[in-house]
Amino acid sequence: MVTYILQRLGLALVTIWAISVVSFVIIQLPPGDFVDTYITNLAASGSAVRAEEAQALREQYGLDKPIWVQYWKWISRVATGDFGMSMEWGRPVIEVIGDRLWLTIVISFAAILITWGIALPIGIYSAVRQYSVADYIFTFVGFVGLAVPNFLLALIIMYFGFKLFDLNIGGLFSAEYQIAPWSAGKVWDMMKHLPLPAMILALAGTAQLIRIMRANLLDELRRPYVTTARARGLPEWRVILKYPVRAALNPFASTIGYLLPFVVSGSIVVSLVLSLPTVGPLLLRSLVAQDMFLAGTIVLLLGILTVIGTFLSDLILMWIDPRIRSGMHG
Amino acid sequence: MSAPATQAATTPLVTAAEEKIAAATQLQLTWWRFRKHKLAVASGILVVLFYIGAILADFLAVTGPHSTDAARSYIPPQSIHWYDDGAFKPHVYALKGKRDMRTFKIVYAPDPSDKRYLQLFARGYSYSFLGLFETDRHLLGLDRGKPEDALFLLGTDQLGRDVWSRLMLATRTSLTVGLVGVALSLFLGVLLGGISGLYGGVVDTVIQRMIEILRSIPTIPLWMGLAAALPNTWSVTQVYIAITVIISLIGWTELARVVRGRFLALREEDFVTAAELAGASRLRIIFRHMVPSFLSHIIAAVSLALPAMIISETTLSFLGLGLRPPAISWGVLLQDAQNIQALGIAPWLLVVAVPVIIVILAFNFLGDGLRDAADPYG
Repeated sequence: MVTYILQRLGLALVTIWAISVVSFVIIQLPPGDFVDTYITNLAASGSAVRAEEAQALREQYGLDKPIWVQYWKWISRVATGDFGMSMEWGRPVIEVIGDRLWLTIVISFAAILITWGIALPIGIYSAVRQYSVADYIFTFVGFVGLAVPNFLLALIIMYFGFKLFDLNIGGLFSAEYQIAPWSAGKVWDMMKHLPLPAMILALAGTAQLIRIMRANLLDELRRPYVTTARARGLPEWRVILKYPVRAALNPFASTIGYLLPFVVSGSIVVSLVLSLPTVGPLLLRSLVAQDMFLAGTIVLLLGILTVIGTFLSDLILMWIDPRIRSGMHG
Repeated sequence: MSAPATQAATTPLVTAAEEKIAAATQLQLTWWRFRKHKLAVASGILVVLFYIGAILADFLAVTGPHSTDAARSYIPPQSIHWYDDGAFKPHVYALKGKRDMRTFKIVYAPDPSDKRYLQLFARGYSYSFLGLFETDRHLLGLDRGKPEDALFLLGTDQLGRDVWSRLMLATRTSLTVGLVGVALSLFLGVLLGGISGLYGGVVDTVIQRMIEILRSIPTIPLWMGLAAALPNTWSVTQVYIAITVIISLIGWTELARVVRGRFLALREEDFVTAAELAGASRLRIIFRHMVPSFLSHIIAAVSLALPAMIISETTLSFLGLGLRPPAISWGVLLQDAQNIQALGIAPWLLVVAVPVIIVILAFNFLGDGLRDAADPYG
């Protein structure tokens, strides 16, 4: 059990390191270093930077050193919570990101809960009533959810909301709470806006989960112990829910690891279409403006949070699945 | 293959049909099973039709996809009238500009008195057919007047460009991005998955961990970061290549997983041991004996990877980080439909969603059918 946790933890740390390298590469990618960008920006606003000042800036950020030294400098500062300055906003990156990161997490988490909430009962139903009309309908809806990219789904829903109900679906807060500080009222307001984007995000992942659940449960239902339970006169719902569903849940739980990166990715695009105040629109804007410290930090933080989420889901999986707890890999 | 055949000839217990199955290659078996899967076959035909459409894109287009006319912006889709005085003569009404006395803008409206008859194989803008020869023939045109002035099957966009024609060319771009991307992913996937499955041990562990790491990173922010770094000065072709490379750099993991799994399973098979004992070289074992027996799995995995590639390109271009105008792809077209204001004025811009959804669904059904067919125990 300890070996398993250590193994997972090790992998998580390596992944975080890989993500940090990728983020650093993204920061470095645009031509010229960021002092050049800084100088151009200042020149555009009318103030000039002298050559000595530019040199001082370069030295401060270690831009005259080899690349791995620069990476080391950057990552050591990041480790202390200093993510650098946003060129476009003229404020520390972490201030610019602010609440947006948490809202991204809230939306992704809600989407995963909804995915589970939809996929579990439907998966069970589809397996128990295999080849029924409802089974076919669910399968079809699932496939459509899989096939429609979620930004497209958001666009279509937004259009029909506008056309049929004259409703502007975008945003996560009503106008009066837009810039208000956090309060119970603001949280409640968010809760009211949350279901729609979360549903849109959830639909794409649901199809696959339904299919996994259905296939797993079908395998279990054919086992002799189910017949035994039935023969002993257990009520049908107990026959199904008590044993086969529990056994079928294990592979189901392990899918959360891939679901999380998928949902976080989706949230970026859906946020853009529905103008949700998550890191999505900020990331796009920073990339277009080549505000690289901001962009790199967003990629880094999203990646790290996803890894942490996956690690936690591994722990949950261990808690559910006795085979992993006892050190066997199943 | 010759040994069971002679045996069948001497023992009457084996019927001709069984003999056919026994002698069939893995690909043939897969194909026979696949044929029974009606939905998958229909989807396969649909996919082929789409690719034929992509090849003939210029021929199917009506007007030059870049010919703009600001005066004709946001013309709604025209309806085709099939009969004229009881005879089958498809036609559209010509558009007549009238000055709106309130806004003083010229508003185009169909004029029922001016009928333009549709013509097959009509002349239009000239293009190069597959780079082979120059021609100006198009599937549809008008008997008189330029189609640029009157024929808008799916309406026009803000710049007055014909949505139908642009959709045809966008289909070509988006479908080929998928193909090129998958080819690259396949190369990486077979190479790394093959090495992983064949050698096992430390190499396998390293490659597997690498795949796990790649899969645990949210892809869209990563793509966005990489795609945004492409220089603005790059040509359409350079951006196109770069985007496919970026997408396939992350997309190969699933293919590698399939290939590795197959290699691991086949390594223990008797026929591989037999080939080894017979002194066949490693390369010969891989390409002559192993690859043919899991080729159908690869085909299935590829047809499931293609729609993912297409979605990736569409998403990136939709965000403005993928292909950029003047390139035309589904994502580029959908960019015009991005905000609710534009959709309120011109809902027909959303029509691009239809081929996207159909193609992706068809690929998924096709891939599912192929996967079922490739796996006799599934």
